[in-house]
Amino acid sequence: MSTLSADLASTNVDAVSTHDDHHDHHDTSGDTVFGFWLYLMTDCLLFASFFATYAVLFMNTAGGVSGKDIFELDFVAVETAALLLSSITFGFAMIAAQGQKKALTLAWLLVTFCLGAVFIGMEIYEFHHLIVNGHGPQHSAFLSSFFALVGLHGLHVTAGLIWMTIMMIEVVRRGLGKATVTRLSCLSLFWHFLDIVWICVFTVVYLMGAM
Amino acid sequence: MSQDTHHDESHGTVKSYLIGFVLSVILTAIPFYMVMGGDFSKATTIWSIVTLAIIQIWVHLKYFLHLNFVTEDGRANTFSFLFSALIIVMVVGLSVWIIYESNAMMMH
Repeated sequence: MSTLSADLASTNVDAVSTHDDHHDHHDTSGDTVFGFWLYLMTDCLLFASFFATYAVLFMNTAGGVSGKDIFELDFVAVETAALLLSSITFGFAMIAAQGQKKALTLAWLLVTFCLGAVFIGMEIYEFHHLIVNGHGPQHSAFLSSFFALVGLHGLHVTAGLIWMTIMMIEVVRRGLGKATVTRLSCLSLFWHFLDIVWICVFTVVYLMGAM
Repeated sequence: MSQDTHHDESHGTVKSYLIGFVLSVILTAIPFYMVMGGDFSKATTIWSIVTLAIIQIWVHLKYFLHLNFVTEDGRANTFSFLFSALIIVMVVGLSVWIIYESNAMMMH
């Protein structure tokens, strides 16, 4: 998906070079962000079908562990805190980018990246811990749907981290041009969107599962 | 001038991000506390955490994703989101309804 947005953004660069008119450019960047928003809405549907699968299968534990046995809420609370903090630090990065403050933007992006990495690191640890203890995805329909749903979110966050690395390199090399800020806006939508999905994950999967 | 106000509304300010963040922290802490403490009945807990999650999603949409009905961009984003939300409620709600009903019928 980052390739898609890069394509959209490079179309945007063409628009800048062919039309010097400021308004033309402003309209195009708005379209780019709106197009990315529509992609996110289709991504919502992908997550919705994974949630539906989990809701249908979570009671089928095949005599194995249920959510109550394997979920550690203290751990999930720390993961949630890392992701929520990364949302506001990305917000500060966007405000710095709008204000053309390059060093500040990079600093906040780096903080956001670290918090995202903490989240992913904890999730990999959790998955590894479950698999080592014999609760891998192949053991029951509950575990399959759990790994699929939480793993899908984790893959999205990983993609977001890769994209964020690329954006940091771009900001270092090219500064905060209009096209770069548009790309950052798309990444910001992506990142905040993942935090919203996580609200549903911790509520439906972890909190309800641990009850 | 109008361009500036449009800017603020569509990208947010430090203040709006902080308000969103503080609300999110509160709306996350309460459900975790309710489940980890286990002081409430199961029905109360489930309804509370679902309600709080929906409120928190709204907080994120308003303060972090800047959805609104005021600017033109905001309206386009908001309506496309509402349409997706409708589809999601149908996909998840109807799947769960159908499967649970058929499960109940098989058991009898």
